[in-house]
Amino acid sequence: MTTVLERVRSGREAAGERWRGAPRWVRWALLAAVIVFFYALPNREFYQYLGPIPTPGANFTQVMFTVSIYVLLAVGLNIVVGFAGLLDLGYFGFFAVGAYTVAVLTSPSSDVKTLWPWLLAVPVAIGLTMVSGVMLGTPTLRLRGDYLALVTLGFAEMIRIAAVSSEFLKGQRGFNQIPHPPGQYADGKPVFGVLDARPYYWLVLTLIILVVIGVRNLTHSRVGRAWISIREDEDAAQLMGVPTFKFKLWAFAAGAAIAGLAGALFAGKQNFVNSQNFELLNSIIILAAVIFGGSGNIVGAIVGGGLVAYMIERFRGIELFGVELYEYRFLFFGLVLVVMMIFRPEGLIPNRRRAAEFKDRRKEVTVGE
Amino acid sequence: MLLEIDDVSLLYGRIQALHGISLTVDEGEVVALIGANGAGKSTTMRAISGIRPVAAGRIRFQGEDITKLRADLRVRRGLCQAPEGRGIFPGMTVLENLDMGAYTRRDRAGIAQDLNRVLDLFPRLAERRKQHGGTLSGGEQQMLAVGRALMSRPKLLLLDEPSMGLAPMLIQQIFSIITEINEQGTTILLVEQNAQQALARAHRAYVLETGRIVKSGTGAELLHDPAVKEAYLGVA
Ligand SMILES: Nc1ncnc2c1ncn2[C@@H]1O[C@H](COP(=O)(O)OP(=O)(O)O)[C@@H](O)[C@H]1O
Ligand SMILES: [Mg+2]
Repeated sequence: MTTVLERVRSGREAAGERWRGAPRWVRWALLAAVIVFFYALPNREFYQYLGPIPTPGANFTQVMFTVSIYVLLAVGLNIVVGFAGLLDLGYFGFFAVGAYTVAVLTSPSSDVKTLWPWLLAVPVAIGLTMVSGVMLGTPTLRLRGDYLALVTLGFAEMIRIAAVSSEFLKGQRGFNQIPHPPGQYADGKPVFGVLDARPYYWLVLTLIILVVIGVRNLTHSRVGRAWISIREDEDAAQLMGVPTFKFKLWAFAAGAAIAGLAGALFAGKQNFVNSQNFELLNSIIILAAVIFGGSGNIVGAIVGGGLVAYMIERFRGIELFGVELYEYRFLFFGLVLVVMMIFRPEGLIPNRRRAAEFKDRRKEVTVGE
Repeated sequence: MLLEIDDVSLLYGRIQALHGISLTVDEGEVVALIGANGAGKSTTMRAISGIRPVAAGRIRFQGEDITKLRADLRVRRGLCQAPEGRGIFPGMTVLENLDMGAYTRRDRAGIAQDLNRVLDLFPRLAERRKQHGGTLSGGEQQMLAVGRALMSRPKLLLLDEPSMGLAPMLIQQIFSIITEINEQGTTILLVEQNAQQALARAHRAYVLETGRIVKSGTGAELLHDPAVKEAYLGVA
């Protein structure tokens, strides 16, 4: 058992080495191919040749939109959990703040009746999620220990309860006629309509690419070094002159802003937002996705978020012994996570730094060397 | 005086770890702080470097009151600590760790110069510059922690048990490097359980017992003090 595992592991490491050792143009070409593949993916003319990949139980293009939203969320949460090492259990709460901000500002069912266009509401949604992140983070990030986990969990639950029971947020009835993103084809038809999910998916995919470029630049800067040092040893980071509170707050706020953006995109696509969209479980799923993919690694977060969201949808419409597998999706995830934690705690595609952190020898006592 | 600590008390919740301690460090000195496990040596270091707030008392550095100053700003003033238990960054390479030591600095030429100096002091680190901190041996990690602190070019270097968990030969090596660093002009406050070595190397020393300073003097004086001998040097 272990030898097989060792072999799998060393095989993966070799693959990683090959990737890093490959010439620049090969890596760029592969990356371009992957990007083209994902832009092409929601077209029926393309995905019908992909065998078992399209989902039998749901419209594949719609599924891909959901998957793309999860990937965006995973990329954002990865900043908080993966880079800065902060345990955020209520990340979906920020997604809800983003979606509801857009709903309240744009929908005719809203009490404020501002009826803004979608695009105008987006920056406000992002700003407001960031502010709520700062408000949540300021008192808690100063404290050591797991306060942040508790407070974020409470925050997400609070948002959910507000959504369910407050008159202002309309509960189950929700907000309808939320406007779509702007844009028209030459013939006057809107780009972002009701039936075709592809433009939304392409929009989210494009934003993911932009966000990833931004996050990558950030992680290769002084900010990124500060985050990593905080994650690895907060006291030591402070002792080296890193203003730890400031950087934790930034990571938390940046993560929140990305979730707000995702929420705004979701609202603009869905046209309708109500309290059923924001179950607590979603926060846990995204966290699981980030850890599953290999937290601290952007590619890991993308793969984790994508795979988890896709698998959930893939289970729809598959029956085993008379029950739809979809019903057991969370059981399945629990199992996968447990197995993962046992055999590969650093995630599917860990970064090398993370792997080294897991091998940390600091606690060993050295007697003779 | 480079560093003056005046009547400092520190609490962990309801537990009082320091009961009004006072000590000073003068420019150019090596000052040792010795004491048994749990005496409050690391706590004193945390108070000085600012990662724990003090409950009462004053801390002055180069004449400036830094009692309420944030830890990261103290580093910018020239105070840097190598934490207890080899608090290096395990996922960063040796070079990245050393680079973190220079986090507060912008003078590239000076940083490069200090990097060469550290790699000269610790040839073992030079050999392993691309290796992750977490995979180094205990002795190498200890050297990395000291080297990293030096990278901030501190006026006062705080070392918390740099010899902990090391083989005798390595302990010897670490202590001679400490002397060398001091001779190159860095003032050092050294916390040690290894009292023999610390007292032999220090100009002055303080003895800490359950959060109180119970004795002070030159290194040589304490080395020959009967009570210190009995309690910390393992000789009756
Ligand atoms: N984080 C902490 N929380 C509560 N008590 C602590 C903490 N750190 C140290 N202490 C207590 O403070 C006292 C002094 O500890 P410390 O300064 O680490 O001693 P030393 O470094 O001399 O071995 C001990 O009684 C210890 O149990
Ligand atoms: Mg100690």
